Parts: sequence; C-alpha cells; structure tokens
Amino acid sequence: MSVNDLFKQELKIVNLGLKSFHSDLKSQGVTTVQVNWKPKAGGKKNMLSLLGKINKVKQS
Amino acid sequence: MDIIENANKEALEIIQNGQPTLIGLGVAGEVIPGMAKDLFLHAGPPITWEKMSGPLKGGVMAGLMYEGLASTPEEAAEYAASGKVRFDPCHHHDAVGPMAGIVTPRMPVWILENKAYGNRAYCTLNEGLGKVLRMGAYGPEVIKHLQWMESVLYPVLKETIEIHGPIDLKTMIAQAVQMGDECHNRNKAATSLLIREIAPSILKTSFSNEDKIAVLEFLNSNDHTFLNLSMPAAKATLEPAGKVKHSTIVYTMARNGTEFGIRVAGLGNRWFTAPAEIIDGLYFPGFSMEDANPDVGDSCITETLGIGGFSMATAPAIVQFVGGTPKDAVRYTTSMYEITTEESRAYKLPPMNFRGSPTGIDIRKVIETQVLPVINTGIAHKEAGVGQVGAGIVHPPMACFEQALEAFVNLLEDEGLLEE
Repeated sequence: MSVNDLFKQELKIVNLGLKSFHSDLKSQGVTTVQVNWKPKAGGKKNMLSLLGKINKVKQS
Repeated sequence: MDIIENANKEALEIIQNGQPTLIGLGVAGEVIPGMAKDLFLHAGPPITWEKMSGPLKGGVMAGLMYEGLASTPEEAAEYAASGKVRFDPCHHHDAVGPMAGIVTPRMPVWILENKAYGNRAYCTLNEGLGKVLRMGAYGPEVIKHLQWMESVLYPVLKETIEIHGPIDLKTMIAQAVQMGDECHNRNKAATSLLIREIAPSILKTSFSNEDKIAVLEFLNSNDHTFLNLSMPAAKATLEPAGKVKHSTIVYTMARNGTEFGIRVAGLGNRWFTAPAEIIDGLYFPGFSMEDANPDVGDSCITETLGIGGFSMATAPAIVQFVGGTPKDAVRYTTSMYEITTEESRAYKLPPMNFRGSPTGIDIRKVIETQVLPVINTGIAHKEAGVGQVGAGIVHPPMACFEQALEAFVNLLEDEGLLEE
C-alpha cells in the first residue's frame, strides 16, 4: 500500500509527546489516542547519567 | 543476575514471607526498645522542636500534659523548648505513629511480631476521629480521652489478647483488601474483622460489663481502629528487608509535617529528605488548602508495603473521603506497578483481576519513569491545637529519590562494584 492510499482512509492516530497534537486532532473529530509517555528520567541529564552508571553494576 | 537484582530478590522474598502477628499490648516506656522517661517519639525523619510543624508541636504539647509534665499548653510549649524532653523518630525504635505520631512513655501500644523473622513493631492505639492528639489537638477533651484509653481500653484489650492468643494480621489484611479496604484511610472491613475475632475474648475478661461495653462501643465507633495495626504490620514486614545490602528497594517512607523522608535497604538507616508537600484533597466544611499543614505521619508505611494508596483500586468507596473517582483509584494502582518489583502473594485485589498489590518500590524505577508513589492521607491543620481538616492524595518529593539514587551510585563506586 502506498503512502497516498493511507491518506485516503480514515486516520487513526497514536500520539506520543506533545499533547496538543492529540487535542487538535480530537477537536477535528479524528480518532486519536494519547500515549502516557515521558522521556526517561524526565530527560534530566544528571539522573540519566546516574542510571547509566547503576546499570553497569557487576554480576553477583 | 547482577548484584542489585540479586539483592532486590532477597529483599522481596523477605517482604513476601513476612508474618505480622499481634501478640499483645504493653506500655511504651516498658516495651519499646530505647524508650526513656525523657524521650518522646514522633512521625517521620528526625526533627528538632524549633523546626516542628503545628500538628507535631500540638501533639508534643498534648503528650506533655498527658504525662503530667505540664498543666497548660503554654507550660507545655515552654517545657518542650527547654530541652528537658528529647525527640526521636518512631522508626528508630521499631515503632510507627499515624499523623504527628507522638509516642510518650505512658502510652499503651500494640505489640506485633513478624513470626517469619522474629522482629517486633509497636504502635499506639487509635484515638478515633475529631479532636485527637495525632492531629495536633491538645484540649482537655483530648487528654481526658487519652486517660480513658490508658485506664479502660488498654487493660481490657491487653487481657483480651492474653485470652485470645496471637492474631495473624497478614490474613486479616488479605481478607480486608478483598472487602473494600486498602488499610490506610479505609479500615472499615479490617476493624470489623478484628472486632468479630476478639469480641468473645473481650466478654471473657475480668472487667465490669460497663467497661467491656465501653470498649466494644469505642472500637465499633472508630473505623480507624485497625489503622494502628495495619501500620505496625507493614513496619514489621518491611524492617528485615531494610538490612539487605545493595538492594534499591525502599523500606521506609515517612513524614514529620515539615519534611518527607525515605530510607532504602542498601543504604541502611540514612534518611533522604525534602520539604513535605501540601495535600490535594477534600476539606471539611469551613476549611481549605490554606489551612492545611504539609504531609505528616508514618502511615505511608502502608504504601511502602503496597497497600494504602497503592491498592486504592480495591477500595473505590475511599474516593468519597480523599477525592477523585473509582476510575482514578484504578489508575493509581495500575501506575504503581510501574515502580514496584513484584506483586504481593498475599494481598490480592479483586478489581485488578486479583493481581497482587504492587510491592517493593525500586528507586531506579521511580527515577526512570518519573512516576511517584501515591499516598492517601488525612490532612491536619497547620496550627497546633486544631486537628483534622480533610483528607486527600499526595506524593513524596522526587528529590528524596534523586538523592538516594546518587548516594547509591556513590556507594557502588566506593566499593568498586561498577564496571568500567
């Protein structure tokens, strides 16, 4: 199926990230689902660094 | 399996195997380890009189008047500030206390034993709702009620448990969570089960009918009677897990009304604290968020175990007390599986298709997902002497978990346990 065929069908959207995309589509009657997703550790660099380190703990 | 996974498996096995059992009652000064005549215990992490919030100060003042060390609130405040009484967290003495969590030497306490590991936990008897010490109230009616608890409730219940013998609280909690309780702010089923269990033994005691009736009426009038058993049951269950080296499992969450504190198994007795949050909830008529003290009490030991707010799905009626809808309650419980390690083998939740309650908070998962533990709680007035003003939902500050993760990584680095 080509991409153009896709747009001839009813769109069903799964949105990750900014909720405004989901809200705007929903207000236009488009079937849309907002995924409850956040970047790992909320994107905090110091926490990502700590998680990276703790994941390298030695085998017992 | 890496060192942390191995340690967490051991910690979870300890939690799953816990057998919290009511074995009797005693007087705090005689049975709580390290208790002394000049020592008052309080909820949450360590704190000084100067930094205590209104409800904690009010509870201390009530405690001093109850102990006969002061005769007026003014005298009590002066005494507390003089340094003649020392303060220490309940958690440092195998004890837990709801809200202000004040335990004074004369107070009667429940004694629990974790039959699987032999450790004990202690908690005062619940005073009921309204003007009570644990909410920071200190009027004459508060002291009079505490005196009745000491002179009538305590001796009757002490003899009752001696006659009845030990009571398996794990089974009782397991039953209650299938009857609409989550055993933090809803204890209606558990209290009923307790009364059903001990009523015949109450009747068999040597006390007058008048006293027996008064005790049964009081227990029956107070749905929170069982809270002061579910809390030490959780404490007794979690405490041995707190000794597992290299485990990232949280074994204590507690608040003193000023700060929220957590302790992590692999980091021993060290507290990780941050300012306690204001609670989003339902306020009694005439009160609002403006009147609220920040989060206070050791009662979130229930959530630390995986009941309480973590099991709200099983207690839909509680939303009428703490706010939200039954759908929210399911959402809260569902989200707690993201930050926990196992599902309880004992506490099964019917609305979750009998999944076990979310058990074993892992600090790594909290940081990774940014999902904070959910706690339902009573709300105390910020001024000493007023009492409860509502109930609601609150979370620990993320800073507690961030500090703990950093300390954990430092520990692993110091011990040379991280791969290059």
